[in-house]
Amino acid sequence: MIEGILIGLNTALSLQNIIIVMIGCFAGTIIGMLPGLGPMTAIALMIPITYGFDPASGLILMAGVYYGAVFGGSTSSILLNAPGVPGTVATAFDGYPMAQQGKAGKALAIAAYSSFAGGTISAIFLLIAAPSLSKISLSFRSPDYFALMMLGLTAVSAFSSKGQFLKAMMMVVLGLMLASIGQDSLSDISRFTFGNMNLSDGISFVLIVMATFAMSEALTIIFRGKDPNRAAKQISLTELGSIKVNKEETIKMAKTIPRSSILGFLIGVLPGAGATIASFLAYGMERNYVSDEEKEKFGKGSVHGLSAPETANNAACSGSFVPLLTLGIPGSGTTAVMLGALLGFGIQPGPRLYQTNPEIFWSVIMSMYIGMVVLLILNLPLIPYIARILAVPRNFLIPLILFFSITGIYLMSFNNFDIYLMIGIAVVATFLRLYEFPMPPLILAFVLGKLIEENLRRSLLISDGSFSFLWDRPLTLIILLITIGIVGWQIYRSLIRK
Amino acid sequence: MRISPTKFISLLFFIFSAFYLYTAHQIVVFTFDENAPFNARTFPIYLGWAGILISGLIIILPEKIKIEVNHKHLDYKSIIYLILISIIYGAVILKIGYFLSTSLFLIASYYFLGERRWLWMFLLSFPFVAIFMFLLHGVLNIYLRDPLLQYLGIIG
Repeated sequence: MIEGILIGLNTALSLQNIIIVMIGCFAGTIIGMLPGLGPMTAIALMIPITYGFDPASGLILMAGVYYGAVFGGSTSSILLNAPGVPGTVATAFDGYPMAQQGKAGKALAIAAYSSFAGGTISAIFLLIAAPSLSKISLSFRSPDYFALMMLGLTAVSAFSSKGQFLKAMMMVVLGLMLASIGQDSLSDISRFTFGNMNLSDGISFVLIVMATFAMSEALTIIFRGKDPNRAAKQISLTELGSIKVNKEETIKMAKTIPRSSILGFLIGVLPGAGATIASFLAYGMERNYVSDEEKEKFGKGSVHGLSAPETANNAACSGSFVPLLTLGIPGSGTTAVMLGALLGFGIQPGPRLYQTNPEIFWSVIMSMYIGMVVLLILNLPLIPYIARILAVPRNFLIPLILFFSITGIYLMSFNNFDIYLMIGIAVVATFLRLYEFPMPPLILAFVLGKLIEENLRRSLLISDGSFSFLWDRPLTLIILLITIGIVGWQIYRSLIRK
Repeated sequence: MRISPTKFISLLFFIFSAFYLYTAHQIVVFTFDENAPFNARTFPIYLGWAGILISGLIIILPEKIKIEVNHKHLDYKSIIYLILISIIYGAVILKIGYFLSTSLFLIASYYFLGERRWLWMFLLSFPFVAIFMFLLHGVLNIYLRDPLLQYLGIIG
């Protein structure tokens, strides 16, 4: 492991990669800060730029963007009470009241220190857990993978559905249908192409991500522009106050950080759960741990209340890399986007990545940590200046997002068909968003579509067409029972419970 | 009878799934693969049925959470303009090249979204695209097809 860490450090600490991670963190912070645009959009917008890099540098850029976007989301939560990402909603509960009390700088500093500490602790967990899990996951067979992917899709649907599980499952099926377009991977038979040569290679993953996230988010912001409930709030960005944290506040953070880190990491590892659930659970847990006097301060600018969700959401980000790096199965929409990018580089994440491409495996882990250091050292002091991006009028912002989206597709194929297809999918996605059909399950299903079909094919061929592979191996059975449990619970919740 | 938007979208997906299922059955597989436990049409057929089942359930089951969207608050005009500009951009990008079409796309988008600060509109279009192109083409060595700039000898 030490050798691997050194390989990773060697790659991640090259001058080029340090500059890349700095740019990534900076760009991620800016994009993540903009309400409505989260890490998925930030990473999606960066994909075309990574074409010019080698795989390790490309992934380092995306890891930097990811952490930057999460940090940026906290900034808009604290300054505007407008979380850039769902994972930072809980941050606003105490961060925004602190900002209203004239302590915005302090709130941002507490958020940054907590994120850094949470990220550091979880990076150590990741360092220990990932290689061990990689070795265990070598014993996984096709039926186990199939079951695990079904669990991932079900879990993401359950957690992102806001009580509307069937809608999320509908998006899963739509994602799988979109993934089935193009040539069958084994027989090369064309499916659903209707004689159109542009579809013979299937729909590109970048196109789907750009359309359903970057472009449709931009269109949604414009579409809902007249909604008085969604009008952008403005605060004075010139007076953020001091970013110094006193001794008493440091002691409070020191108590909160360890427990929130552990919780966040464990939640992050679970498929589908991710930063949002982790931050809410950490907030709730912290409220139960503190004294009655401190409990009263929750929602009014509590240090514990701000530190807990910030620590947990960053820890969960690291945790979500565990299933991606060790099993090759993303546990969240964001890691699904990263999986798509990895596949674009010709790298198949999974247990063998640790052996075949150790420099990628370790440099991604190392660059996450470097990203967090960059966020703390560079971004925090620059926050008063970076925050001015919130004042950029949407009249400029939206066309620029559209420009990046269309450019991304143009660079890939140099053909009009893909641009039209992206616009069409973005328009459909905008209407689906309007009626709260979640997009992360669609992305995850699209990314996993080919892998699910491949593993189902192998499982069925091995069992000679019998579905007994679902219960032949105890591991497959256990995973499927958990999946059925989630489906049953969700249906119970949406039908029987009021 | 008034059908809720969620159920209407589900009904459209139900029809789409039925069409998908029909098309899945039409996939031509190799003769020797016809009776194999798994062939090119197996997975799409499962997906078609899954789509019909899930959308059917949404249509049939009572709607516990109703999504209300006030259409008076939706800015249809701007979004139609933006989509049209994007389509035109897609249509001309190959013909007139990346630099000119992108710069014009940006200026048009700013204008239709209500922006009238011409200096900013200019700075965030032509010079901005030029810098972006330089970063992609010159620094990152990412090929950018632009027949106009190639004709003018600005890029190779």
